[in-house]
Amino acid sequence: MTEHAPILRIEDLSVEFGASRVIENLNLSVSPGKTTAIVGESGSGKSVTSLSVMRLAEMMGATYPSGKIIFEGTTGKTDLLALPQKKMRAIRGKDIAMIFQEPMTSLNPVFTIGDQIAESLILHEGMSKKDALKEGLRLLEMVRLPDAAQLLNRYPHQLSGGMRQRVMIAMALACRPKVLIADEPTTALDVTIQAQILTIIRDLQAELGMAVIFITHDMGVVAEVADDVVVMWKGKKVEEGPVKDLFANPKHPYTKTLLSAVPRLGAMAGEKFPKRFPVAVMDGDTPRIVGSEHIQNTAKYDAQPLLQVRDLVTRFDIKKGIFGGVTHRVHAVENVSFDIYRGETLALVGESGSGKSTIGRTIQQLQKATSGNITFDGRPFASMGKADQQRLRQEIQYIFQDPFASLDPRKKVGFSIAEPIHTHHLMDGTKQIKMRVDQLLERVGLTSAHADRYPHEFSGGQRQRICIARALASNPKLIIADEALSALDVSIQAQIINLFMELQEEHGLAYLFISHDMAVVEKMSHRVAVLYLGQVAELGSRQQVLENPSHPYTQRLLSAVPVVDPTRDVNRTMLDGEIPSPVRRVGDEPALVSYQEIAPGHLVANAV
Amino acid sequence: MAGFLIKRILQAAFVIVAVTLVVAFAVRLTGDPALMLSQGAGSITEEDLARIREALGVNKPFLVQYTDFFLGIFTLDFGRSFLGGTPVIDLIGNALPATLMLAFASMFVSIAVSIPLGIKAAVSRGKWADQFIRIISLIGLSFPNFWLAIMLVLLFSITLQWLPPSGMDGFASFLMPAITMGIILTATNVRLVRTSMLETMQSQYIMVARAKGLSESTVLYKHALRNCAIPLITYFGLQFGGLLGGIVVVERVFNWPGLGTLAFDAVGARDYPVLQAVITVLSMLIVGVNLLVDIAYGLIDPRIRTE
Repeated sequence: MTEHAPILRIEDLSVEFGASRVIENLNLSVSPGKTTAIVGESGSGKSVTSLSVMRLAEMMGATYPSGKIIFEGTTGKTDLLALPQKKMRAIRGKDIAMIFQEPMTSLNPVFTIGDQIAESLILHEGMSKKDALKEGLRLLEMVRLPDAAQLLNRYPHQLSGGMRQRVMIAMALACRPKVLIADEPTTALDVTIQAQILTIIRDLQAELGMAVIFITHDMGVVAEVADDVVVMWKGKKVEEGPVKDLFANPKHPYTKTLLSAVPRLGAMAGEKFPKRFPVAVMDGDTPRIVGSEHIQNTAKYDAQPLLQVRDLVTRFDIKKGIFGGVTHRVHAVENVSFDIYRGETLALVGESGSGKSTIGRTIQQLQKATSGNITFDGRPFASMGKADQQRLRQEIQYIFQDPFASLDPRKKVGFSIAEPIHTHHLMDGTKQIKMRVDQLLERVGLTSAHADRYPHEFSGGQRQRICIARALASNPKLIIADEALSALDVSIQAQIINLFMELQEEHGLAYLFISHDMAVVEKMSHRVAVLYLGQVAELGSRQQVLENPSHPYTQRLLSAVPVVDPTRDVNRTMLDGEIPSPVRRVGDEPALVSYQEIAPGHLVANAV
Repeated sequence: MAGFLIKRILQAAFVIVAVTLVVAFAVRLTGDPALMLSQGAGSITEEDLARIREALGVNKPFLVQYTDFFLGIFTLDFGRSFLGGTPVIDLIGNALPATLMLAFASMFVSIAVSIPLGIKAAVSRGKWADQFIRIISLIGLSFPNFWLAIMLVLLFSITLQWLPPSGMDGFASFLMPAITMGIILTATNVRLVRTSMLETMQSQYIMVARAKGLSESTVLYKHALRNCAIPLITYFGLQFGGLLGGIVVVERVFNWPGLGTLAFDAVGARDYPVLQAVITVLSMLIVGVNLLVDIAYGLIDPRIRTE
């Protein structure tokens, strides 16, 4: 088979924002029908690369001190960087199209789906509105959206994230582009929806013979979609090659650390307990190994459970009637029961709308339960007075997904960490508190000097460490970590996982670990509860649930996780359909599942 | 959308009832109109005062007075002025058009000027055009309206003698009051439009629109403006209330025969019927404009319409 000549070549590209150079002498190319993945962590310059190809980066203030971007169009070679914006507009959206990361905000809320798809066709293909809408219908069917004809008249807010991303793909492919740039197109989506979107992109690529530049930080996705991989680090290309070679034999130290940090689902098959692994981190230009292997046998199953949740129900009213009458309810949590023991990590996994965050918020008293009993350390929630509730807020701490939003930007981090100590009167004396704050900062891998800085001076990983220090400040017994690792780059993530496990061992902490990432769950949890539409579908030890998944939903969820191994063929039963909604009409109660214990402690919901 | 509208109309009706109740009560706290009317009439006995009160109807219990006033609204009967006995509705009928003309003209001018200026400032953020527009709007914001009014009169009526200093007499007399009201509104609105536009331009869908290859003007005026208008319309609606409040002062300075002047005189004379009628009409105007805003909101934003 003869290789196609590249359709797009980036030659010696450098990009600057003001005085800071974010991309340095980048070279890469992509051929028709092939996929080049650009991988790297946040700030590595991968998104700026794609926006430079589109010539959109300069609208954010970028300049190009050097380089060419050669595009082989129907009219011959063109250097996109040399084109005036006016001519670039004729290429943008027609020959080179782009899909963005955030499907929830990528569509204009005030125009119909039909109008937004038709717009490109009217602009580039000179179609009439009527013909453009007809073609729009065909495109929506092509991305396998059901009821495409009705969708044309719908508005973005009426669609789920997965549906919106498919609309985005339909929009990007409207003019049959020769190059498609996909910038983290599945990062914000649930795994089963991610699997659908990846399949659609792959199928359409084969059908249209497009070249695809796929930007992602997820090595599993890279292994699945890429032909060639370009690894970027600090604005430079550090390594490139065919995907199989690169995964099998990474050369640059950064690529090695990146690949070693990636959690791989199934990597811990046969292990009874979660395990800490050494992590390679880049120290300047050389990798350094941090931590050592350690089995996490910390759960105290012989004592009373720390937290007991029984028949928990949490519902939200949606007021929709003219006089404020309740017509619909969100059945966020329905009849959920589980225990957490001291020193144990229980993972709650599930997709959007599964109710996993609501459970965490209810335990933290951020949300009132509709019914059910929660007992913490032998004390039932229902019989607690104000003082007991306040104590509970000290003993249960919450760590949120977004470390950027959960620290007050106007307060020094030392203040934020000391706050729970003041609130709960855990210590007196400024000096003592300061010592405690310093000690906490050092414990999470920062230094006491960091106490006098503001949150914006820290990276995402450091901020999450600060949030952990703040949670530790009140000597909690239970920490609820709600997607606390999801926003972090993998190498940072691996370090924070180890930090969580070390702290568990030192303080006998119990974790309620809320996550959608099965591979991370496998690494750090003792037991796993799989949630589906507010009910537990399967509950058991890590080994039971992940090695012998017995509920169809667990199986589906696991099969959707991208495999970090390019040599394995993706053979996935096509995951169709949307994640169903937990919103129901008043009076239309969901059916409650019953459970069967297929092994000691391994509960599986019966189909209803 | 129908449900949304019915809800808003019911809310509006409730607001008007509440406002009339508060107004009728508050007006009666300003003092005894009988004393006011009898000032300078030499020796007045307590019986005389009682007779005046009876003639004016202010000796009846408050709830009876309020009910009369409230029911009168439906037949446009606001009673008669304590001063001179003119039917209040005639006074309002004369003053309302003058005020409306002034209010809508300044509102219209301010929106027509601030939208393009705000957009210009937003798209050239940090450049000289942005700085210039921001400085000008800051200067505009810094003027108290009565001071600006007096300065305009000094310059254009007294020094240059181009425009009449007061009264309502043709287009020329209209200019200074409208400019006074308009400048301050415009200064605020330019900033609002700029901020709202900047926020909208940060949206991902603007990037997507550009990635489609659309021209900058299509991106701005089709994709951004409608989204940016959603919060602006709310501001403009709320602003209308403030505008009517400010108009009292401006009407006073230019001796403009509107509701503001009418209300001002009525306060001085403790002329209950006129005062409560003016305030009721003003509040109905504000409620009505905000109802229109809600409708416009629904028309622009499908998220509201389709809920």
